Amino acid sequence: MNSYFYSSVFRKTLATLSGFFLIVFLFGHLAGNLQLVLLSGDVAQKQFNEYALFMTSNPAVKILSYLTYASILLHAALTLFLAIQSKKARPIDYEVSAGSANSSWASRNMPMLGILVMLFILIHMKSFWYEMHFGTIGNDPWGHKDLYTMTVVAFQKWWYTAFYVISMVILGFHLRHGVESGFQTLGLKTRKYIGPIQTISQTIAILIPAAFAIIPIILHLQS
Amino acid sequence: MGTLNLTLKIWRQDGLNKPGGFKNYKVDGLNTHMSFLEMLDVLNEQLVNEDSEPVAFDHDCREGICGMCSMVIDGRPHGLLDGTTTCQLHMRFFNDGDTITIEPWRAKPFPIIKDLIVDRTPLDRIIQAGGYVSINTGSAPDGNVIPISKEISEDAFDAAACIGCGACVAACKNASASLFTAAKISQLALLPQGQAERKERVIGMVQQMDKEGFGHCTNTEACEAECPQGISVEYIRKMNWEYHCANIKG
Repeated sequence: MNSYFYSSVFRKTLATLSGFFLIVFLFGHLAGNLQLVLLSGDVAQKQFNEYALFMTSNPAVKILSYLTYASILLHAALTLFLAIQSKKARPIDYEVSAGSANSSWASRNMPMLGILVMLFILIHMKSFWYEMHFGTIGNDPWGHKDLYTMTVVAFQKWWYTAFYVISMVILGFHLRHGVESGFQTLGLKTRKYIGPIQTISQTIAILIPAAFAIIPIILHLQS
Repeated sequence: MGTLNLTLKIWRQDGLNKPGGFKNYKVDGLNTHMSFLEMLDVLNEQLVNEDSEPVAFDHDCREGICGMCSMVIDGRPHGLLDGTTTCQLHMRFFNDGDTITIEPWRAKPFPIIKDLIVDRTPLDRIIQAGGYVSINTGSAPDGNVIPISKEISEDAFDAAACIGCGACVAACKNASASLFTAAKISQLALLPQGQAERKERVIGMVQQMDKEGFGHCTNTEACEAECPQGISVEYIRKMNWEYHCANIKG
C-alpha cells in the first residue's frame, strides 16, 4: 500500500482528481459570473455585489475556497514534479522530432499550457480576489463592496478583455487534453465509454472557456 | 526498380558514457527494394572497405517479429511507416537525394552501448518484477479444459503481440514505458491462468517501471501510433485500473 502513494500512477491520479475538482469549481464560478450579463443595470449591480459578499463571508463557501486553493497548488506541484521527472528520463533530446505525426498539440504542451493558465490565475486573482479582500474598493448604493462596477470598468480596456479571451483559449486546450487524459489515468476510459468520454471532454473544453470568454466580451461591447 | 542516392546523418558513439555526435555519410546507387537495414549493410560494407568503423545497430530476425531493430528515423521510431519495425521499412518510401537522420532510442534507462545500440534490459527487469505464473505441473492438459471466450483470448493476444522493442519509450515525450508494461500486465490479467498472481504482478511491474527511471504517462498516445504491433493505449487504461484495484482493494 505504501508504495502506491509514491508511484507515478498515484501521483497522476491525484493530479486528475484535483483537476476534476477544479472543473467543478469552474462551473460554480461560471454560474456566478453569468449574473454580470444575464441581468442589467442596477439589478445586476445589486445582485452581483450581494453574491460577492455571500461568497466572501459564508463559512461553507470558505471551506470550498480553501479546497480550491489547495487543489490548484496540489495540481500545479504534482504536475510540475512529474514533468521535471520526465524531462530527466530523456537527458539528450532527439535531433529530429516528429511529434505532430503521432500526438495532438495540446497533449505535447500540457506543462506550458498549465504554466500559462497559472499565470492567468495569478493576474486574475490580483485583479479581483486581492482587491475584494485587501484593496480599496468603493461601496454601491446598498452599502456593499462594489465588485460589479470594478469588473465593468476593468473590461472597458480592450487589451484586458483580449487577455481574458486568449487565456480562455489556452484553458480550452488544457481541458481538451486534461479531461480525457484524466479518465484514462483513473482507468475509466474503457472501450465501451471511450465515445461518451471524448464527447464530455470536447464539450467541457469548448463550453467552459467559451462561456467564460463571452462575459468580458459583452461587458466590453456594452462599455 | 529505381536507385537512390542518400545522405545519412547518423549518431556515432564509441561506447557507454562516451561522447557521441552526428556524422554524415553518402550512399549512392541504392536499390529501392532494399529494407532499411540492408541499406545500412551497404553503408557498413562501404565503411569497412574504407577501413572505417561500421555503424553498430541491433537486428536479428529481419522479419518484423523479434523486436531487436531499434532506431529513430527522421524523428519517428522505426521510421515513417505505421505498424512496422525498421527491418520492414523499405527504401521505396524515400526519395532520391533525401537526407535521413538516424538516432538511437533516447531514454535515460536505455544507455547507449554503441552508435545505435541501446541497453534495453530495464524492460526485462520489468517483466522479471512480474514474478511467476502458477501452473499445475504434470502431463500436458487437455485442450479447452479452461474455457476462454473469443473476445478475451483475442484481447489477451493483442496485448501479447508486444515484441518489447521499446519504440513506445522512444516515441513518448516523457520516455515512459507505460505501453510496454501495460501490455505485459494485461496479457496475463485477462487470462484465467494469470489470476492467481494478478495483484502482486501489477504492483511489482509498475513499481519496477518507476524504479528504472522511465517518465510518467501523460496520455499523448504517441506510443500507440508508433508501436510496430499497434498495441492499444487501452492496455494503459487497464494497467491504471488494475493498479488502483490491487492497491485499494488489497
